[in-house]
Amino acid sequence: MASREAQLERVVIRFAGDSGDGMQLTGTEFTKAAAEAGNDISTFPDFPAEIRAPAGSLAGVSGFQLHFSSSEIYTPGDAPDVLVVMNPAALKANLRDLVEHGTLIVNSGTFIEANLNKADYKTNPLEDGSLQNYKVHTVDISQLTLAALDGTALSTKEKGRAKNFFALGLVFWMYGREPETEIRRIMQQFAKKPEFGEANVKVFKAGYHYGETAEVFQTVYKVPPAKFVPGIYRNITGGEALSLGLLTGSQLAGKPLFYSGYPITPASTILHTLAKYKNFGCMTFQAEDEIAAIGAAIGAAYGGSLAVTASSGPGIALKGEAIGLAVMTELPLVIINVQRGGPSTGLPTKTEQSDLFQALYGRNGEAPVPVLAIKTPGDSFYCAIEAMRVAIKYMVPVILLSDGYIANGSEPWPLPNLGAIPPIGVTHRTDPVDYHVYQRNPESLAREWVIPGTPGLEHRIGGIEKDFLTGNISYDPANHERQTKIRAEKIERITQEMGELDLRGDEDGDVLIIGWGGTFGALRQATEALRNQGKRVSHAHLRWLSPLEPGLDRIIRNFKHVLVAELNMGQLRAVLRARTLVDCAGLNKIQGQPFKVRELVDAVEGLLAGRTPAAGDTVLVRDQATA
Amino acid sequence: MSDPAKKPIKLSKKDLESDQDVRWCPGCGDYAILATVQRTLANLGVKRENTVFVSGIGCSSRFPYYMNTYGFHSIHGRAPAIATGVKAANPDLQVWVVTGDGDGLSIGGNHLIHALRRNVNLKILLFNNQIYGLTKGQYSPTSSVGTRAASTPAGSIDHPVNPLSLAIGAGATFLARVADTDAKLMAKVLERAYAHQGSVFVELLQNCPVFNDAIWDAVKDDPEGRQIKLEEGKPLRFGPGGSKGIRVTADLSPEIVDVGDGAGQVPERELVVHKEHGSKAYAQLIAGMLQPAFPMPMGVLHVEDKPTYEAMAHQQVADAVARQGKGDLEKLLYSGMTWEVGADGVKA
Repeated sequence: MASREAQLERVVIRFAGDSGDGMQLTGTEFTKAAAEAGNDISTFPDFPAEIRAPAGSLAGVSGFQLHFSSSEIYTPGDAPDVLVVMNPAALKANLRDLVEHGTLIVNSGTFIEANLNKADYKTNPLEDGSLQNYKVHTVDISQLTLAALDGTALSTKEKGRAKNFFALGLVFWMYGREPETEIRRIMQQFAKKPEFGEANVKVFKAGYHYGETAEVFQTVYKVPPAKFVPGIYRNITGGEALSLGLLTGSQLAGKPLFYSGYPITPASTILHTLAKYKNFGCMTFQAEDEIAAIGAAIGAAYGGSLAVTASSGPGIALKGEAIGLAVMTELPLVIINVQRGGPSTGLPTKTEQSDLFQALYGRNGEAPVPVLAIKTPGDSFYCAIEAMRVAIKYMVPVILLSDGYIANGSEPWPLPNLGAIPPIGVTHRTDPVDYHVYQRNPESLAREWVIPGTPGLEHRIGGIEKDFLTGNISYDPANHERQTKIRAEKIERITQEMGELDLRGDEDGDVLIIGWGGTFGALRQATEALRNQGKRVSHAHLRWLSPLEPGLDRIIRNFKHVLVAELNMGQLRAVLRARTLVDCAGLNKIQGQPFKVRELVDAVEGLLAGRTPAAGDTVLVRDQATA
Repeated sequence: MSDPAKKPIKLSKKDLESDQDVRWCPGCGDYAILATVQRTLANLGVKRENTVFVSGIGCSSRFPYYMNTYGFHSIHGRAPAIATGVKAANPDLQVWVVTGDGDGLSIGGNHLIHALRRNVNLKILLFNNQIYGLTKGQYSPTSSVGTRAASTPAGSIDHPVNPLSLAIGAGATFLARVADTDAKLMAKVLERAYAHQGSVFVELLQNCPVFNDAIWDAVKDDPEGRQIKLEEGKPLRFGPGGSKGIRVTADLSPEIVDVGDGAGQVPERELVVHKEHGSKAYAQLIAGMLQPAFPMPMGVLHVEDKPTYEAMAHQQVADAVARQGKGDLEKLLYSGMTWEVGADGVKA
């Protein structure tokens, strides 16, 4: 039948269902279609820690949010315009996020008493009028999926598993996506089990044709392509970009990569990815525990490899003593923390920025380390290389902070020009004449990286304080103070590697928003929105947290208000207040979820109107549902 | 790198000594071990530059400072993990680990187990003096029940671990025991350890004169009566003139018997015969023979030939290169779904 076509600038869509419903796959496939159509995209997978919580339960709800747009976007979107739910629990868990009068597509086949009970619904929301503020489309996806596979050899259970492809087909039709490419992709993905591939294609087509045929979906919404800087692009997740960055750094340095890790969410994907790339000369080591993972990395660095270990907060806590050993022995090492909600086991699959203090201070003694934070999925690539470059040049362990939001999120990524990235210089001394273990390069203060196997340079290193020149054990009081100050000064010298401060807006004004890490997109977008209203707001993004970027010192006093926005209780804010004595206000959210642009805009407008947050206050952004 | 055309320079013990003053207590068993290690490595003509000593924390862990080789004095218990990284990074290095009963079996027990299990080619020397020395005399995981120490004035109540039994269970492929003062046997064991391709575990019965003096004296002072010198293919005999031997009972326990053809004596053919490549059950049987109930087996208990971790790890890399070709970064970056954005800023 004939359908109308309408144009939209941007759409935020969320797929939600049971952990076993395949929502991550549906979201990923629809993301590819948006990328193929030339939209700008940003994604946010949000899933439970349990692999398969009981079917139909609230604990088992898994979601995938995609923001696709014809203009440049920085975040996966504050609130979905369209919500696709596969069961009552998914509706219950996600409805509060849907925009008012938003579109709700419901698999009505699952709204039976047993499932309603599991989701704590006393009455059926499809019938009790509670959804009247939304555009509701009920589709019995379960039944239509079975019907589409009628006559195939699959069992009823196997047929039921294909229902996510019905939802995918339906949204393909709604947004005018090209189905042929997707059909080819499904057959490729199920090449080893073509009977499943064919079944999924059948169901996908059924969903697509349902959209075309059903009266309710008369309008096809088109989001035109976005404008990009010319170049070759691919869609990339933070985890992939980080792994590719590590391989690239290893090649730039001409050193084999030694990667060690212990399984932990959300860092394990790096180990999985690198384990596939052994033909790049990369060795991966799954250690017996977190301490062994960093221990082996330190040993490999001592042995001459480019050593990297990664974990999340709990694992980094276990590595603390060994990081101190790397500080003391001055060996190059990259330690990645893909942050998650804490403390303790906390929220393993949710995002948070609460390990900043741990990165800066989480060791015994005066043990400063450089700390670098990734801002977007694609930035992971460049930060990995930068961390390696600094680790080698300054002979230090470098902590690289990522988070669950960056690691799992994805964006269109302009592929780098490898030839334009400068090589990482590595020198191993071989001259035995006048060698002293702790003699230093006057510019970087680094000691020399002498590797075992070099004749005439046999020497001993270790965790006990060392003489500032010979490296022999020294308990001399003045020597300890001297070495402590040199170790601190060495970190400060890394400021000479830093470019301009990443500042959007003027160097003075009413409000300076300061952020770091994965909140970059939300903060930048909020700043754009406020500036478009004519407000004198600027945004400074800190790439380095230790040492602090010198560019910030120069401008931080030029604003009436300084607002430090973080997904923690105010850790960077405390650092900046101590360092600059500027009375920064904090905007802090500790919900395991990223900032919404609206929350940031509201906070800044409040500041400008003289309302909370008052300077120096910590403002906890409250959940809308409980506010 | 050294010129292979040059003849190996003959080394003396002195060449293996570093310029650092040795700081162990007078009478410490570590002195004897250090001297024998230095002498043996000199006799073996090792390349000092290819030799690395890694240690954890404790009195024995100061060992690397006194060796004129590469050395890494690390943190408590972690030496096997660090040494694994060194060996994996460069399999050409000869990597030795020096540890103690506290460092290796308590705080570092996990790393010891897994380094042995992986069969990393590390030469692990565990100095067992049944006490924490550097922290001033607390009982250790090898202390006998009832050990009165700083932390156990009423006597320790936990049962000791048997280092060799643990190491066999973990999968070490070369196991030996020797006393600190038995330089002759230690040299033989170290030479064998040096040649072995795989994880070496040597228990050194070491004396701490300050906190646990003379704990092994009964064994050390009566080699004939309290030790069995293990010899390949020979029955397990000890005592004056080899008058006693070890037989296995029906329930697979070792039993001390008088050897001979007379009344109440057991003929030699019924004794257990030592086989280094014997079963693990046999290795456990003799590892379980401890003083004072049994004479302690000394020498090489068990040897197994298995591929090493580092060899297999590097083989996987080589296989991947052979199969997929040497990694092409450009190709990898541009793999998967890519698209081009033209000069107009819109996807082509």
